[in-house]
This record gives sequence, structure tokens and C-alpha cells, in this order.
Amino acid sequence: MSPSFKSLLRIFTSMRLTVVLLVFSMLLVFISTLAQVNLGVWAVQEEYFRSFFVMTRLPGAAIAVPIFPGGYLIGGLLLLNLAAAHVSRLRLTWEKSGLWLTHFGLILLLLGELLSGLLQKESMMRLSQGETRTYSESTRQVELAVIDATNPKFDDVVAIPPGALEDLTAIQHPKLPFLVRPLAFYPNAALQMRSQAPAAPPSPASQGFGPQMVVTPEPVTYKPDEQNLPAAVIELIGAEGTLGTWLVSAGLTEPQTVAVQGRTYQLTMRPRRHYFPFSITLLKFSHDRYPGTDIPKNFSSRVRLRTPDGGVDRGVLIHMNNPLRYGGLSFFQAGFEPDDRTTILQVVQNPGRALPYVSCVLMFAGLMVHFAIHLARFIRKRTATAAA
Amino acid sequence: MKRLLPFIVLLLGALYVASTLLPPRADTGFDLRGFARLPVLVDGRIKPLDTVARTSLLVLQGRQRFVAPDGRTLQPAEWLLDVLFNPAVADDYRHFLVENPDALAIFGREQTDQKRFSFNELRAGLAELDRQMKLADPIEEQQRSPFQREVARLYRRLILYESLKAAVNVEDSPDLLAELLRLQQTLPALTAALRAKEAGQSPDDPNLKTAESFLDEFQFMSDFGRLLVIPPAAAGPDREAWQKMGDALKDSFARGSVNPDAMAYAGLGHAWRLRQPGAFNEVVRLLTAQLERRFGPELKRCRAEAVFNQAEPFASSMALYVIVFLMAVVSWLKWPGLLQRPAFWLMALAFSVATAGIVIRVWLEGRPPVTNLYSSAVFVGWVAAALCLVLEKIFRNAVGAAAGGMIGFCTLIVAHHLAKTGDTMEMMRAVLDSNFWLTTHVLTIVIGYGATFLAGILAIIYIVMGVLTPWLRKNSSDESAPGAEVIFPVAGAAAATARPGAETNARMLERMVYGIVCFATLFSLVGTLLGGIWADQAWGRFWGWDPKENGALILVLWNAIILHCRWSGLVRQRGLMMLAVFGNVVTGWSWFGVNMLGVGLHSYGFMQSAFFWLLAFVVANILIIALGALPPEKWRSFRASSP
Repeated sequence: MSPSFKSLLRIFTSMRLTVVLLVFSMLLVFISTLAQVNLGVWAVQEEYFRSFFVMTRLPGAAIAVPIFPGGYLIGGLLLLNLAAAHVSRLRLTWEKSGLWLTHFGLILLLLGELLSGLLQKESMMRLSQGETRTYSESTRQVELAVIDATNPKFDDVVAIPPGALEDLTAIQHPKLPFLVRPLAFYPNAALQMRSQAPAAPPSPASQGFGPQMVVTPEPVTYKPDEQNLPAAVIELIGAEGTLGTWLVSAGLTEPQTVAVQGRTYQLTMRPRRHYFPFSITLLKFSHDRYPGTDIPKNFSSRVRLRTPDGGVDRGVLIHMNNPLRYGGLSFFQAGFEPDDRTTILQVVQNPGRALPYVSCVLMFAGLMVHFAIHLARFIRKRTATAAA
Repeated sequence: MKRLLPFIVLLLGALYVASTLLPPRADTGFDLRGFARLPVLVDGRIKPLDTVARTSLLVLQGRQRFVAPDGRTLQPAEWLLDVLFNPAVADDYRHFLVENPDALAIFGREQTDQKRFSFNELRAGLAELDRQMKLADPIEEQQRSPFQREVARLYRRLILYESLKAAVNVEDSPDLLAELLRLQQTLPALTAALRAKEAGQSPDDPNLKTAESFLDEFQFMSDFGRLLVIPPAAAGPDREAWQKMGDALKDSFARGSVNPDAMAYAGLGHAWRLRQPGAFNEVVRLLTAQLERRFGPELKRCRAEAVFNQAEPFASSMALYVIVFLMAVVSWLKWPGLLQRPAFWLMALAFSVATAGIVIRVWLEGRPPVTNLYSSAVFVGWVAAALCLVLEKIFRNAVGAAAGGMIGFCTLIVAHHLAKTGDTMEMMRAVLDSNFWLTTHVLTIVIGYGATFLAGILAIIYIVMGVLTPWLRKNSSDESAPGAEVIFPVAGAAAATARPGAETNARMLERMVYGIVCFATLFSLVGTLLGGIWADQAWGRFWGWDPKENGALILVLWNAIILHCRWSGLVRQRGLMMLAVFGNVVTGWSWFGVNMLGVGLHSYGFMQSAFFWLLAFVVANILIIALGALPPEKWRSFRASSP
């Protein structure tokens, strides 16, 4: 082992590094809390915790510079420090068993948080009384749906995910008689009627609503009370050449139609849908208030859960602190519309959700063991003193 | 004497506590006690009128004590009776607190010693107040200027006052009882007139006019009245379907008779205005007997709550804690052997009184002890005092008593100020409505707060006593008689001791602080993790980095930092103490600071009083840390030569 490696190892195993990292994480948590006042919780999560460095643009400078270590860096170093300390310094003895348990729990907790950050999917489901749905909608991602609405009995939908739109790759699908080629994608863009902005540059779109609209790209917002309205310009290319260009946007609720080879297709940009292999029907939404007040006492949704094969068909009551868990998904009572007839359910998929529970038990047990050993020693000493 | 003193002190304390349970002198002849215990449903909860009176007084004028213009101190129930039934008198009561000089200008007044004003004194400026309120209304609460805040506050106070006046009385009516009796007699004719109108006939019937004017009055009571005083008729499945008096009276036409409970309240008003104690007491008795049959359990709780309100156990506990603290300090400075035991027993009494208060609240609310900021303050003090009792029992040197007295007093005074917003037993919003999680997560985390504060207070004792007195290097041994302490001239932390096994006060405090920090780490960590699990159960994510979660996490991290600093040898005794004092700052931030986010950061120039106190608390703790940073040779306890 070379001496430089040894000193490096000493640094990484030292408890002083632990203290430094803990201080840094405390500061990070503190400044991120202050930053939330202006940035909102989403931006803070991305910029402070799911990053290696907190970046800022100094006044006048063109590029952002790192000003503080981010969550990934501090968390990663902490993991390294812990692992190194256990490998080289801390011996597995009864005396230290509590510490081992606590630290192992902490490692699981950090990994669990990393896993949740990477894998957890959250979406929303809005249901009015009597309505049945088989999908939830993303609150932050959109998709481009190309719907063959020729047959009035059913729709044939091809949904193009946001990734393909962002990368501007052309999409060919066996169900579509044309190629969809994204020309431009704006994560957030304002729409205006052309009549209100006569001086605007000509529209990139030649068909549909596009020519009458002006689209202005805007910075992405993370504020909880604001929404991004993504937009894209797409070209449809048929067998005989281009069919024209369209402007699609989440701000346009009405679909635009294209007629090709005797079939009618609708183009719409809508919240990204996640389909389930089962359906949910809202039977009744209830909202109780405390008597004589407007303070909500409870809100709950009675729903019916069904699979297409009929194997599962049961009623479920979803209410505060009591979600429906089924098929790897959890449905939580998140809110409701003011008319008290429409419920909003939060749908969460998190493969790593058991990890925090395990680490919670480990850390609790670890600390109990560790402090119990200390306490026992203290009491022994005291009785010895008293006897002396 | 030394043996008897603890008993004497405890006896005196017990007598003081017992005296708070005695009913106040009632020389009015009216059964105020019976009236104060009548149940009403307000803000989602059945509570006695006594609570309504006290919380209304707190909201209107910032304190429960009310002095009438003739100099008499009124009982809260007496004050409420005047507001409810005798508006002509109550309009001259000075119970509107106006502190902001700019707000006073609305009423053409300048700032003088007078802080509280009567409705009649404010009457001329009401239109202007309304206009100012309309201007302030669109601005978010936290962005408002002090003037706008005062306007909004005063506006709310006036609305509360009006809503009480309209609850069981019609202000313009000279005698509601007479009116209702007249209604009872003519009810068939009036009902017939109303029916006829619905069918589209005889619009000129004089009975119709009378009926409609009754309905207008009742509608006004229903729109503006605040108290749900009329119990549901039969004890059906819904015991909480109470009604406003206006709504019950409107139903007279449909049910063919005037609601007897409404009639009874009108009778109370009649008897109160005409000063007829006999009639008043009879109506109270009948109403109570009536309710007893249908709402026995509720009435029992209301009685207990009225006794609880009047005894104010937290106030007596607070007073006792002050005495405990003073006794402990005197015991160090003057008579170490003499006052330690009395202080311990008195602290045990103060703790028991606070415990009784908490238990009664838990029983009344049907909730775990911590449901809001107010109850968390009470509970933090309770936890710290419990730990102090244990410390005092083990170490017997008045350190636990001093810390317990100080922290008990401080948390209860904080709670006292938090209570000024009204009823502290408020309903839980749907999100928080889970007794299981309120018990596990909230209690553990609040225990963590209490323990961290205690470690901080002990560390403050170490620093202050160490810098100012030679006490730290005295022998802490419990059995050593005063004067027998052995002082060794040592510089530095590790002091030698005279007897083998005995230790200095410094060493003892170090062990106390270390132990309490361990305890605090355990509870704040487990509490925070449980919070994550609750969040996962309630809305599907374990951790969301929101300010309240972050506050809890910071506290865990700080306790972990203290422990790792200690284990790695980065700090020794003195450093440990300085870190522990900073724990106060961190806890203060987690507990209150995150709730004020946006206040101090957005609107400079203005600081809400709570924000000011938090800042003062932070500054005070940092000054103590600075004091602790003095080099050891400046500490009287560590100086080589003893004075």
C-alpha cells in the first residue's frame, strides 16, 4: 500500500470528515429551505438535492458556477465515509453493534432516497362521480397523441412520449400512414392569438390552428402554483411528401384534425397518460366538515376496482391516511374539485418504498442498543461510586 | 428544620394549587357558574359558554381579565351575558385592543395610555375601517404592513363581537322574550299567511308583514350569529346537529311551535336585563336539567372544562416553576444542603399540576397531547421537566431543579402567548386527523425538542456558572456537607477530585448533557423517520424536502454532529457545551422558524412579534456561546487561584 493511498484512506475513514459532511448537509438543508420561499419545492429538489453541485449564475457571468456541494455529492461522500470507516476502522464487536445497526440503516435510507428520486413516478387521477378510468395523468410531462377517430365506436391512439419530441427524432408507426417529424420543442411556451400580436414573426406552422397563433418560448417554471405549457412544431410526411406543419401545445384543448387516405386523425398534446391493467370507477366522493365550520373533517372517495377479466371487482374506500394499494401502485386521496363531486387521487409508483421502513427499524434498534449499553455502563459506575 | 422544610414547602405549594380550585366569590345572586357551564357548539366542538367567554375575551382584548367602566372586575361569564343580552351596556365596555397608532388615527384618536376601546368609542370610524379593510383584503396576510395587520385584526374582533351580539338576541328588539311569546300565540295565523303567500294569495294580509319581519330578524341571527346553542331535538344518531338560534326560530313556522330552548335563552336574556336572579337561576336550572337527560356526557365534559378554565393549572404550574428555579439558584449560591430537597418536591408538584392539565385536555379533546403549536409548547416543557426530575433524583444537587424550573416556566409563558389566538382545543384538519400518527410521530418529535432544549439549558448553566463563579470545580458529591467541598486549583476541563469516585460539577454537567443529547438524538431521529412513514402512508412519498420536514432533519443532523464531534475528540467539555447551546437555536428554528418562513424574509421593515422573540432567543443563545468561547483562564471556575 503506497503512503499516499494510506493517507487518502485515513481521510476517508476519519470521523472528522463525517462531522464536516454532516455540517455541510445541515447547511444544505437550511439554505434549501430558505430557497423554497422563492423557488418552490420542485426546483429545490432538482437543484439542491438531486445534483452534485448547487449552481448559480453570478451577475454578469455567462455560465453557472458551483457554489455549494449538492445532495448527491454530500450523500455520496457520506456513504463512502461510512463504508470506509466500517471496513477499516470500526470493528464488529458487541460494544459497537448498535453503531453498526444505525449506520447500516442510514446507508439503506440514503440509498432508498436515491432510488426513490430515480424511480418514483407520481401522477394524478381526476375522476367525477360515475366516471371510469384506466389511466392516470402526469402533472409535469406531456405526450403527443395521434388519434384515429374514423370509427365512431372507438379511438385508435398512438401516443408519442416527451423524450422523442425533445430529441426531435422522426417517428414512424405501423398504425399511422404518415411520418411524424418534430421540428421544434419548447418545454414551456406562451400562446397568443396572432391578431393580438400583429408584429410577431410568421408562424412555423402551415396547417391547423398554427397560422393564427404566435408561440413564444418561456423559461421552465418550478413554482407550485404555475404550470409549464409545452409546445411543439411537427411535420407530417405522407407517402406523397409533406402534409404540412402543425403547432401542438398543451395550451390547446381542442384537437386539430388531419384527413389522410379517407381516415380522420386528431392531433393533441395532452398530459402524459399511464395506463393500468385495471379500471377505477368513482362511486361517490364525500367531503365532511366539522359542524358549524368550514374546516374539512374528512374527505373520501368510494371507488370500484375492476380488472378486465373480472377476477377482481370490489369496492374500496380511499381516504386521508388510507390509500388503495394495488398492482404496485398506490392511490391517495389528494384533493377535490370545488363542486364536491370530483375527486383528485395521487397515483404513486415507487419500487423502493419498503427501504425507509427497514432502515427506520434498523436505526431505532441501533440507537436503542447503543445508548442502552452506555446507560448500563453509567449506572454501573454510579453504583460503584455510591458504594465507595 | 432542614428535615421539615421540604414538607412545609410542599404543603404551601399544595395549598396554593388547591386555592385555584375554589369557585370565585359570587355575590351577584345570579347562578353564573351554572350559566358558564351550559354547552354550545362552536368551531366544530361542544364547549361550555365559559370557554366561549374566555376565548372571546382573549381574542378581543388579549387577556381574560376584564374590568367594567365602574371599576369592577367581571367574571368572564358576566361579561359574556352583557354582550349577549345587554348590548346597550356592552357597547360601552372597553374590550377592543388597538395598539397601532396609525390604526388609532382611523378613529380620530392619538396614542395615549388607553389601549382598549369600547364599541361606542370606535363607532364613528367603522365606515373608514371597512374601507381600509377592503384595501388590505387582496394583500396576502404575510405581505401586509403593520397597519394593515392591525386593521384586519380589529376587523376580525368587531366581527366576533357582532356575532356574539346576534347569537341569542336581536339587538334592536327591546325584549326578545315578549316577542317570542307573541309569536307563539299568533303562530297559526302567521303560518297561514305565509302559506297563502306561497300559494300566491292575499299579499296585503297584516299577518304576512309580521311573519316576514320575524323571519328577517331570525335570518339576521342565523347569518351573523356564531354560537350553535340549540341542541338537536331528539338524541338521534347525530349528536352534533346543533343549530343556531336564528335557524331554530325560523323552523317555528314549519313545526308549529317556538323551540323551547330558544325560548329559554330569550328568558335568560330577559331576566339578566331586568336583574331578576330568581328567574334567571330557574331558567338555568331547567335548561341544565333538560340537557342532562339528552347530553349527559357532553355536559359532564363542559363542567370539567369550566373548572379547568377557572383553575388554570398551567398558570399555577408556571408560578411554581419560577419558585423552583429561584430556590435552586439560591441553593447553589448560599445554602446548598438546605433548599435542594424542597426545590425537588416543589418541582414534582409543578410537574404534577401540569400533568393534570395535560390529562384533562387529552380527555376533553379525545386526542393525544400535542395537536397544535400551543399544546406542543406545553408538552415540550413537560418532557423537559420530567427529564429534570430524573436528573435531580439521580444527582441531587439542584441542577435538575434549576433547569426544570427555567424550561418549565419559559415553555409555559410561550404557550400562554400562543393561546391568545383563541380556543386552543381546535379541530384537526382532515390531513392531520390520525390519532395514531399524532401520537407516534408528533409526540416523539416533540420529546426530541424538549430534550434538546434541556441539553441547551444545562449547557447554559455550565457556561454562566463557570464564567461567573467557581462552582464548576466544586465537588458535586451529593452527601458532601456545605463547606466540606474540596477545591483544587486546576486549569482546564478535567478536574481532579478529592475523594475517589467523586466528581466535580463540571464533569457531572458534562455527563448530563451528553446523556440528554443521546436521548434527544434517539427521539428526534425516530420522530423524523416516523414523520416520513406517515407521509408515505398519507400521500405516497417518504420525504419531500418541505420546510417542516427539513426543520426536523436539521435537528437530527445537529444532534448527530454533537455526538460525532465528541466521539472524534473534536470537542471536549467546553466545546460540547457550546454545541449544546447552539442546539437551542436549531430547535427554535425547527419548532417556530419554519412556520414564519416568508415573514422575516419577505417583508423587511416589519417583524411579527413572534419573529422578534425568536430572533431575540437566537441572539441570546449566540451571546452565551460567545461567553463560553472565552479562554479558560477568564473563567472563574478554571482560574488557577481561587478568590
